[in-house]
Amino acid sequence: MGMSNGLKNGYSPEYMGMKTDKNHNWKELHNYEESRAHVSIVTVFLTYLSYIILCLLGYASEWLAKFGLLRNGLNVDPRFGENYVPLYFNNWESIFARHIYRRGREYCSRPICSVPGAMCTLKDRYTPDNGWNFQFTGTQTKCVNFGSYNYLGFAENRGPCCDSAKGAIRKEGLTLGSATRELGSGRAVEELESLVAEYLGLEDAIVFGMGFATNSLNLPALVGKGSLIISDQWNHSSLILGARLSGAAIHVFQHNNMASLEKVIRDAIVQGQPRTKRPWKKILIVVEGIYSMEGTIVNLPSIIRLKNKYKAYLYLDEAHSIGAIGPRGRGITDYFGIDPREVDIMMGTFTKSFGSAGGYIAGKRSIIDHLRVRSHASTYACSMSPPVAQQVIAAMSIIMGKDGTHEGIKRIRALAENSRYLRRNLMRMGFIIFGHDDSPIIPLLLFQPAKIPWFARCMTEYNVAVVAVGFPATPVVESRARFCVSAGHTKEMLDQVLSAIAEVGDRLLIKYAKNQVRSKLDCDPDYDCE
Amino acid sequence: MLPMIEALYNAPVYHLVLEALLVIWVLRLLFRKSHSPKDRVILTEAEKDELIAEWKPEPLVPPVDPMHPALHPRIVTGKAMKTVTVDGRDCLNFSTHNYLGLIGNTDVELAAIKCLEKYGVGSCGPRGFYGTTDVHLDLEDMIAKFMHCEEAVLYSYSFATIASAIPAYAKRGDIIFADMNVNFAIQKGLDASRSNIIFFRHNDMNHLEELLESQAKADLRVGSCQTAKLNCFQHASLFQDPKKAAVTRKFLIVEALYMNSGDICPLPELVELKRKYKLRFFVDECLSIGVLGASGRGVFEFFNMSVNEADLICGSLEYCLGSLGGFCVGSSYVVDHQRLSGLGYCFSASLPPLLAAGAMASFSFLESNAGKEALLHLENICKTAHSLFNELLLDLEQSKHSSPNSPIKHLYAKDHDDPEDFLQSVVKMVEEKAIAIVTATYLEKEEKFCPAPSIRIALASHHVEEDVRHLISVLNEATSALSC
Repeated sequence: MGMSNGLKNGYSPEYMGMKTDKNHNWKELHNYEESRAHVSIVTVFLTYLSYIILCLLGYASEWLAKFGLLRNGLNVDPRFGENYVPLYFNNWESIFARHIYRRGREYCSRPICSVPGAMCTLKDRYTPDNGWNFQFTGTQTKCVNFGSYNYLGFAENRGPCCDSAKGAIRKEGLTLGSATRELGSGRAVEELESLVAEYLGLEDAIVFGMGFATNSLNLPALVGKGSLIISDQWNHSSLILGARLSGAAIHVFQHNNMASLEKVIRDAIVQGQPRTKRPWKKILIVVEGIYSMEGTIVNLPSIIRLKNKYKAYLYLDEAHSIGAIGPRGRGITDYFGIDPREVDIMMGTFTKSFGSAGGYIAGKRSIIDHLRVRSHASTYACSMSPPVAQQVIAAMSIIMGKDGTHEGIKRIRALAENSRYLRRNLMRMGFIIFGHDDSPIIPLLLFQPAKIPWFARCMTEYNVAVVAVGFPATPVVESRARFCVSAGHTKEMLDQVLSAIAEVGDRLLIKYAKNQVRSKLDCDPDYDCE
Repeated sequence: MLPMIEALYNAPVYHLVLEALLVIWVLRLLFRKSHSPKDRVILTEAEKDELIAEWKPEPLVPPVDPMHPALHPRIVTGKAMKTVTVDGRDCLNFSTHNYLGLIGNTDVELAAIKCLEKYGVGSCGPRGFYGTTDVHLDLEDMIAKFMHCEEAVLYSYSFATIASAIPAYAKRGDIIFADMNVNFAIQKGLDASRSNIIFFRHNDMNHLEELLESQAKADLRVGSCQTAKLNCFQHASLFQDPKKAAVTRKFLIVEALYMNSGDICPLPELVELKRKYKLRFFVDECLSIGVLGASGRGVFEFFNMSVNEADLICGSLEYCLGSLGGFCVGSSYVVDHQRLSGLGYCFSASLPPLLAAGAMASFSFLESNAGKEALLHLENICKTAHSLFNELLLDLEQSKHSSPNSPIKHLYAKDHDDPEDFLQSVVKMVEEKAIAIVTATYLEKEEKFCPAPSIRIALASHHVEEDVRHLISVLNEATSALSC
């Protein structure tokens, strides 16, 4: 159907009060809840059984190897026999890594030898000994790329962005070789910071060379001992690391569940700090815009309502949502039609939608000034590389339309259309898909651990590159394949994927929701997709 | 069934009575209301609302001094080579970390541009999800071969390298012996590991041996809760029993060339101690790879020792090799673990391929004749500068322990009330004479043992003796002008 502008995406100001009926997207949220509930108990049982069998095989294999009856490709401690305490013990984690993860390792960390765009070229490799070691076959496979984060298709090796990045290398070199607070403030970084602030509609912004470090090194600068961080259950590990390093207490609420969040906040304020019972210095709610494994969009209007009611602060990590969502590509606040100044701290990365690297934090000038002075990254780490910053400047200018073309809006609309098309069709085929309709991340549930590498292998036969993940990135039972849609994907590529998945789905028996779809089609003839 | 009832009849009375009491007690436990510590005080909703309304949080950030130097940075335009344009003025550059002069090297830049034309800028994913390109794999192989180790792991940010490597191996309950002067990234790694950290005085091998000896004695003692006189360098949970000691890993973490003081660690003594007390030895060689050693292979080559004495070596591509990122090298047994447990490796996007290609060109340079010449130049200028600073500087001084081979020179103010202010003014005055230097910046409140304020000079292979003499004369002018 194509893109909607501003309010037509379903969210109206009434949504802030959470009226349920006429809202198209609110129904979507219910749909997401429902698809979780309709998994048959047989599937869950078989999944647990698979893991138990794999564990037992793992333990048996370790036991046999101890007596020399089985050879495995384990690395030997060079200090073996010198009375050192072993570096890793035979606990569950290492058994898991060595015997469960290792079996499917072939489809993880797959090397590519091309630009990670809408199409990519995989460097084929095989394992002569069941996943312990790999060798290259010498051949390459060109695939449609649904694994890389390339939402707006800026992962290109020619075009205006590349040319400006090349110019930055020639004029400013690869690095400034100095921390930002010392002699590391270059022209490219200054320009990028003001452009990011303009893009988001905020007062000021600060950029860093690594997205992971942006979270882990700046949360400690914002909160400390005596403060409370309330974080979503499925937050990214950089947020968790930053929260732990800060020394603040951490409470967790159920994923995207506003009732759980409200209860946690109320209990926290009423109880105060543990043991001393003193009131908390401040409360910081940390959430993400789009969750990368769930494909869900955060319920921002309700969170803002709650934060205003209880005087908490909000830290929004837009790693996957900046550029990828919203009618103008400005992220979650754009999508819901909320003023970005309602969010205290907006963080994001340049890796996903801008084809570059690094992260930013934007907000009020007082907050950014504080980070300039107190951030660990601006004091100790080298500043961002000029070509990397220049790529973001070029990509952002295109999205904002500053280059005089409509390329930016075209890409945003293409991404929205592609995501909706792929998601609707996959759901129609009977797969269990998590997440909300408008999110460009589409997780498809596989459940059994053996289906993870199997699915990846089958899709590679059809020349489609996907990401298949299991425990511990996802809960034990809910292994999934994840599709990251890009604006660079054409309708032919999407159709190629859909036909491949239809066949693979039948072969692997992963169309768990087929019966529910049939019943939906029977009672609601309008349940159809474009 | 029948034999059971018979047995019941034949059992003695006390037996039956005891069994009956047991059954009654179990039933009582089952149906008793459980004691929950949260049930102590139950507030009414009205009281809760009152508490919530009363609560007043602090502002999110404290006010910042508007004149803080971080808010008025000096803007660099163009490349940061021997001459750098700072705030529009061309200055002789003594502040950029560029020890082999690789920033602006044409081969490095051409390699990066060629890579950009094939791979674009970003890698668009973490290493596990199609973010691994053959450039990354080639660079890892190159680093491993260069350092004569089995395997290398590449990170996209030098700070994250050691800060992710330490918590991947050291967990709660392990013991880490670390030098007091370690840099901030290592301190963050130590915090993230949740282990017991025991700091020893900087480069003081006697103190380290003392601490190791007392820990070894404690390990042999049976039972815990032994109290003894603890000084600020010891941790209360040092004392444990032998069973626990058999599963407690012990680590020794040092830097090869210390960023905070410009001196080199006493490697032979450290290796002896780690062999004697069975410590896993991690060396942070961020500043020493490409600097120390006849072919730039780092501190182990400098001391003529085998690199296998270290369990893990962390290096950086940012200080010497004109690129960005970091790496860890060592045996496969140790390094491979990080591919699943190094947070900065698994959960972060991989290094942009163009920076990896630039780093590969830098390593090729290092192995070429031009590279060996640059290493010699660097060594000479470092030694020359060391002696010239000692001879000719008036109001500034180097530390007694700083190494002549170090390209990082810290200059401290002699006997000053407010050394920080004094040094900032010196830097400003020197900049007006077209030389760019910096004071070493620290976050005083966050550092565990904050170093004294100093001016940090970064030498490079393209500096010559005249440059250093010029710097010294300008510094002397500035300090004497400020002292009057």
